[in-house]
Amino acid sequence: MSDLWRDAWTLARKDLLIEYRSRTAFLSAAVFTVLVLLVFVFGRDPTAVAAVDLAPSALWVTFTFAAMLALNRAFQLELENQAFDGLLLSPASRWSLFLGKLVGNLVFVGSIEALGLPLFVLFFNVSLGTSLFPLIGVLALATVGFVAVGTLFSAMAIRTRFAELMLPVLLLPFVLPPLMWAAQATTALLAARPLSEIRGSLYFLAAYDIVFVTVSILLFPFLVEE
Amino acid sequence: MKLARVGFAITVVSFVLLAGVYVRAFAFTPIEAAQGPAQKIFYIHMPAAVWTEIAVILLGIAGIFFLFLKDKRLDRFAEASAEVGTALGAVVLGTGPIWGKTVWGTWWAWEPRLTLFLLLFLLLVGYLILRGAVTDDVLRPRYAAVLGICCMIVVPFVHLSVYMFRGLHPDPVVIKPSRPSLPPEMLLTLGLSFAVFTLLYIGFVAQRVALARLREESGHA
Amino acid sequence: MLRAESLRHAFGAARALDDVSFTLTAGRTLVVFGPNGAGKTTLLRVLAGLIKPQAGAVYLEGGRSAVGWIGHHAHLYGHLTVLENLQFWGALYGLRRVEAERRAVDVLTRLGLADRAGQVVRTLSRGQLQRAAIARALIHDPAVLLLDEPFTGLDLAAAAEFRHLLAELAGRGRVLVMATHNVEEGVELATDVAFQLAGRFVRLEPRGGRGAAAIAEDYRRTVTGV
Repeated sequence: MSDLWRDAWTLARKDLLIEYRSRTAFLSAAVFTVLVLLVFVFGRDPTAVAAVDLAPSALWVTFTFAAMLALNRAFQLELENQAFDGLLLSPASRWSLFLGKLVGNLVFVGSIEALGLPLFVLFFNVSLGTSLFPLIGVLALATVGFVAVGTLFSAMAIRTRFAELMLPVLLLPFVLPPLMWAAQATTALLAARPLSEIRGSLYFLAAYDIVFVTVSILLFPFLVEE
Repeated sequence: MKLARVGFAITVVSFVLLAGVYVRAFAFTPIEAAQGPAQKIFYIHMPAAVWTEIAVILLGIAGIFFLFLKDKRLDRFAEASAEVGTALGAVVLGTGPIWGKTVWGTWWAWEPRLTLFLLLFLLLVGYLILRGAVTDDVLRPRYAAVLGICCMIVVPFVHLSVYMFRGLHPDPVVIKPSRPSLPPEMLLTLGLSFAVFTLLYIGFVAQRVALARLREESGHA
Repeated sequence: MLRAESLRHAFGAARALDDVSFTLTAGRTLVVFGPNGAGKTTLLRVLAGLIKPQAGAVYLEGGRSAVGWIGHHAHLYGHLTVLENLQFWGALYGLRRVEAERRAVDVLTRLGLADRAGQVVRTLSRGQLQRAAIARALIHDPAVLLLDEPFTGLDLAAAAEFRHLLAELAGRGRVLVMATHNVEEGVELATDVAFQLAGRFVRLEPRGGRGAAAIAEDYRRTVTGV
């Protein structure tokens, strides 16, 4: 069992090191995040729509699309370096290969969110106060499920001709349920509603995460066996 | 080939029966009080909806069996089921707004059941797009099986999430805990329609599977 | 110790492996000759555990940890240094950090790459890249080495050096299986020789002191049936 995590972490660390060296993907995703937020800001008619009404949509649309840019990267890397066979040859289990990519993706998307959240607070003038931690919690829960399914699908998408387009097409219907729960919870939090009101959404998000992380890990080996 | 002929026969019979159901629906079934004659679209809309959802579930089940048994027939069935499901989903999404416009006055509303079927439709379309985009004959069925399983698993979550949009859609009158609240004639017509749609599904899938087998044998994919 | 039993594998109608069996104890080197498409690469991939054969079995003492692979792809990450690559692969094969580093330095020195340890792989020359790939294959001291046309792209000097290295490795109790379509390339290293045609081992026998010319003649006769 510890081998599973140890190998996964070895892989994730390798991916993050490569990302740190080349930096292009992170910078692109970061710039993209800022730009999308700006589109929301400038696309809003201030007299018709209050910032706080638009805020949850802006947050989730931005993070959804920025994250999707990032997901293909993980397996694309192996394809570019033609190293995937090497990984399959090693004693690392297929599950840890997937887990490693998942952890790498989570760190990557998490970093984008860590960058985007303060900007979001700034641009939309939201006062978080005590809702900051619950909001981070909602963000984390929604991200885990989305990235799990996305990592699994990206392993398939990169083998098709239009990988950049294929991943969103496959992934978006799967992202809509957690998105709905997360948006509902975010709206409630920004309106300073009591935490008990969002408990339902949090439970659903957690259930989604548990189910899809497990399913993704279990299904991944079928994608890479010969 | 035998399967194709049987499938074709079943399809023709079901269309005839469907016409029969509609004769019954218009001539022998009472008009619903609140909605008027437009309600009769229900007899197509509801069985199509049920079968769209069943098609997605079958996609997942076929996928699970395929990953372990590796039988190509399961993959052909999954492909056929997805295509038929997509067609039925289109029927649902087509008849829904027609019904909606006449009864609620609006073409579309973001409410639970329509949203659910929109998502089911998108899942099926995504599945078919993936099948089309993978050129490798060995990878395609495996990838499709994995996606099919995920589609099946996400369905309950979609059900849970769309209930946030409560609203215009008539509440369930048939599939609910207490006894169905439709009058017996309507229930019978609905039951007949459902049986016909089952036949229709089987007929279409059979023909599609036969077509897939023919294609494979003649060397296409 | 490596044993193959009645291996069969086909890709659609094409038979890549047709009832292949052999046993190799420590110190033996099997060189498999055959034209392109004979199934040599498939054989190696089955031995490595990358492909599960449709029939038959492979017994490899030590499992995947005992296998080293040298083939067409370097399995190195371009953005990382040579040393970082070796540390990564070493870690996947269960080597602790300190151990991996020590072995890396050791093997790099033997291959004449010690001064390139800190160099990013993208910037290596072709010959250096090849040697780095060999280092990667040897980092975990595999008991079984599988080589897929390893002389491809090597000039005469590099090929001679590589042959020298292989002889050294073979002599240390390892099992080597090398696939090649060029008889000249490694026949002196072989203790056993096999001719593979359309998936079948049409000949499998000890080399018995024959030189390259004799084997080439035998091979030509077997292939043309004259």
